[in-house]
Amino acid sequence: MTQTVSAPALEMRGITKRYPGVVANDGIDLEIRPGEIHALLGENGAGKSTLMNILYGLATPDAGEILLDDTAVTIAGPADAIARGISMVHQHFMLVPVLSVADNILLGEETMANPIFLDRREAHRRIVDLGKRFGFDIDPEMKVESLSVGWQQRVEILKALYRDARILVLDEPTAVLTPQETKDIFLVLQRLADEGHSIIFISHKLFEVLEIADRITVIRRGQVVGTRIPSETNEDDLAELMVGRNVQLVVDRGESHPAEPALTVNDLRVTDDRGQESVKGVSFEVRAGEIFGIAGVAGNGQEELVEALTGLRSPTAGQVSVAGKDVTRHGPRALQQAGMSFVPGDRHRFGLVLSFPLEDNLILTQYDEAPYSRGMVRNDAAIRAWAKQAIAEYDIRTPSATVTAGTLSGGNQQKAVVAREFSRKLTTLILDQPTRGLDVGSIEFIHRQVVAKRDAGAAILLVSAELDEVLELSDRVAVMYRGEIVAVVDGPTAEREDIGLLMATGRRGAAAEAALVAATHVTGPGVEA
Amino acid sequence: MTALRRLWALAVIPIISIVLALLLGSLLIIASSLAIGESLNLLLPLIAYESLLEGATGLSLLDVNAAGVPSLAFSIDPDRAARALTSTVAAAAPLVLTGLAVGVGFKAGLFNIGGTGQVLVGAFVAAIVGAAVADQPVPIAVTVALAAGALGGAFYGFIPGALKAFTGAHEVVSTIMLNSLAFFIIVGLVNDIFKIVGPSFARTADVGNAALPVLFGRNGTVGVLIALAAVPITWFLIYRTTLGFEIRTVGANPSAARYAGMSPRRLIILTMSLCGLFAGLAGSIEILTLGYYPAVFGTGIGFAGITVALLGRAHPVGILLAALLLGGMRAGAPSMQITANIPIEIIDVIQGLILLFLAAEVVIRRTFRIRAERVTPGELGTVAKTYGEGTV
Repeated sequence: MTQTVSAPALEMRGITKRYPGVVANDGIDLEIRPGEIHALLGENGAGKSTLMNILYGLATPDAGEILLDDTAVTIAGPADAIARGISMVHQHFMLVPVLSVADNILLGEETMANPIFLDRREAHRRIVDLGKRFGFDIDPEMKVESLSVGWQQRVEILKALYRDARILVLDEPTAVLTPQETKDIFLVLQRLADEGHSIIFISHKLFEVLEIADRITVIRRGQVVGTRIPSETNEDDLAELMVGRNVQLVVDRGESHPAEPALTVNDLRVTDDRGQESVKGVSFEVRAGEIFGIAGVAGNGQEELVEALTGLRSPTAGQVSVAGKDVTRHGPRALQQAGMSFVPGDRHRFGLVLSFPLEDNLILTQYDEAPYSRGMVRNDAAIRAWAKQAIAEYDIRTPSATVTAGTLSGGNQQKAVVAREFSRKLTTLILDQPTRGLDVGSIEFIHRQVVAKRDAGAAILLVSAELDEVLELSDRVAVMYRGEIVAVVDGPTAEREDIGLLMATGRRGAAAEAALVAATHVTGPGVEA
Repeated sequence: MTALRRLWALAVIPIISIVLALLLGSLLIIASSLAIGESLNLLLPLIAYESLLEGATGLSLLDVNAAGVPSLAFSIDPDRAARALTSTVAAAAPLVLTGLAVGVGFKAGLFNIGGTGQVLVGAFVAAIVGAAVADQPVPIAVTVALAAGALGGAFYGFIPGALKAFTGAHEVVSTIMLNSLAFFIIVGLVNDIFKIVGPSFARTADVGNAALPVLFGRNGTVGVLIALAAVPITWFLIYRTTLGFEIRTVGANPSAARYAGMSPRRLIILTMSLCGLFAGLAGSIEILTLGYYPAVFGTGIGFAGITVALLGRAHPVGILLAALLLGGMRAGAPSMQITANIPIEIIDVIQGLILLFLAAEVVIRRTFRIRAERVTPGELGTVAKTYGEGTV
């Protein structure tokens, strides 16, 4: 931004919000200028979501005021926020997969030809125009489910623009994108800013924030601890500001000392819920004392692979063995007894029972084992003792062990799952997106634990859509593309761009570049075939 | 403080539902008195509810003079109180069990509408087996007949459980159908194979020594003790055992249960059987108190169990309290009929209204601006979810 400071498009002054036991926002001041990309950084539970919920009318502040174009306003709810030109793109897209792009955009903001009928032609024209203006061609008739994640995100942004949003809040927009897709979306955001839109960009990825933001505001424990300009800061500085202490961004993982194969997968074939074969003959082995990473764009069969390995889905063909024992088609209980531990990717669906107390969740997979039960009777003393230990050891921030898991922040929920799964006797550890949605402090902590488990001799399979995570941790990296493993490379020497291209096209080098170009031109934008 | 608050959060909807049902019920009481040609008496509901309370507990709060004008007058007759309370607990006993038959299902995310059928099957089996052991010593005869009835009910709960586990048939649908099936098959059996010669109407043979011994008062049978014992036992099972943990996990999050190595199928079958066992026991208590199975055994305790379980928020202690309330209403209704000249069926209407308001929880929360407890969305029915996930 230039010397002449224009009037802020949005100002939040002294925003305070208290919840029983915590001050989520403690006198937060935030100023967003027109045409600015303003990054909001903070750990899980720092108060970013609360602040954005207040802005979006989902929560009422206890104190403080919101000014739009220098006028104090009260935002009654999301509809009011949208009417005032504030739109939010959530991390989990709010799209109806079976509807077309146009239908999704029109939902709730119908362009009418007359009181009864929609004016589809006009709506299409506006959607196409908006897309052109911001640098992407989109066919309004395409079904959202056939679009790639990156394009679904563009639809979300279009939805906001269609509602004349002037202030766009993007909650971790790059969490699910490949490096290439991230670049593309950044171009779109830059263009939006150039046209005068203000963007609030929430992210955990420091290097991205430095790349895209005009200014960065860091929040810690409900307070603004600093505002920075990218040219005057760096990743270490931001991380320290966020966490309040020096953070090691990349865990020093040292040499691995792989021993005998602990998890062997041979020609595994798995079909998905729709009956399509989504894992097409995958073979690999993970040795004790190594981290084997699987990179890939979400939806390339990783989910089904992990479910088949952990007993949640029955493979149609192939073998799986753990520590030399054939465990193909064994259920979760038998696999646990064989020494497998599993941190599921969807902690709300599999990893936790949100309505249960934290302490019950900490024994969810060990509830019938000593010392947590004696015969058929629960041993509450042992459960409490372990909960206390886990909360301390894994730094789970919670008012008590008896609050329901659903009330904890995502990071703390994940720490609870990790505490439970890492504490059991294990030879094989399967990690599915172990740090999804977590802040740098928590990621650092969990990564350290993973490396410690490796050094203690566990065979670790790491599946993650976060390429950075796979690259940082893995001793060997496999790339999964359309149900197959298309390459296995050495982790420490792997090239980010090379892996990114493999993820996007299943090919390398010039062939991959050609495939990328062909994909955009022949099958149209966003088609993931 | 927080414990009290949590208790309040659980109790507020049931309390509002009861109050609203009583208020609406009082309009019906006035309407019913007008319908039979009496003059308008706005105090009639007060008189009716007071005599209901008196019939249920023996506690008298009002004195009504010759002109029908009540005045506050507190009195209690110990003999009458003892009789009234005995009737109340005797009426509550089977409701506790049918309440548990629904409430335990809620814990596993199952909505057992089959209480009625399970009650009938349990009652019928208890009557037949009871008649077969009628000459055995009382302890043996009673135990055998009760156990047989409980198992009969369990079997009738097992069927929809197995159907759900293996075919995905929803228990709400299958149990409703099984209710009719049980009713008509048993009517046929009683009118044919098991009909005894002698009485003017079709009925099964006397259960003789299998009749439940009376322990106190006129009708305070062993059944009361069984129902009272079932409350702590169920609480222990649900909250203190690993099986209870499995049941609650399947109810709250079936995917997480699978991930944790539990078998949702096994648990669904087991829980439905357990629900049937409670209902079967309730039916057995009813029939072994009566002494035989009549041609048409009409009983509302199966469906009342749904109200009891919802009112008690699927918690054993809540179910006990709710059963006492409904049992008290049943015990006090005759006294209300005599004093206020109101048809006894008004009790069923009030019970129905309570259920209606409980089911309209969302509307009540909006109207009275009560914030909902956090409930996680799931694949199972909303009702089962909402009530199956109470706090420990």
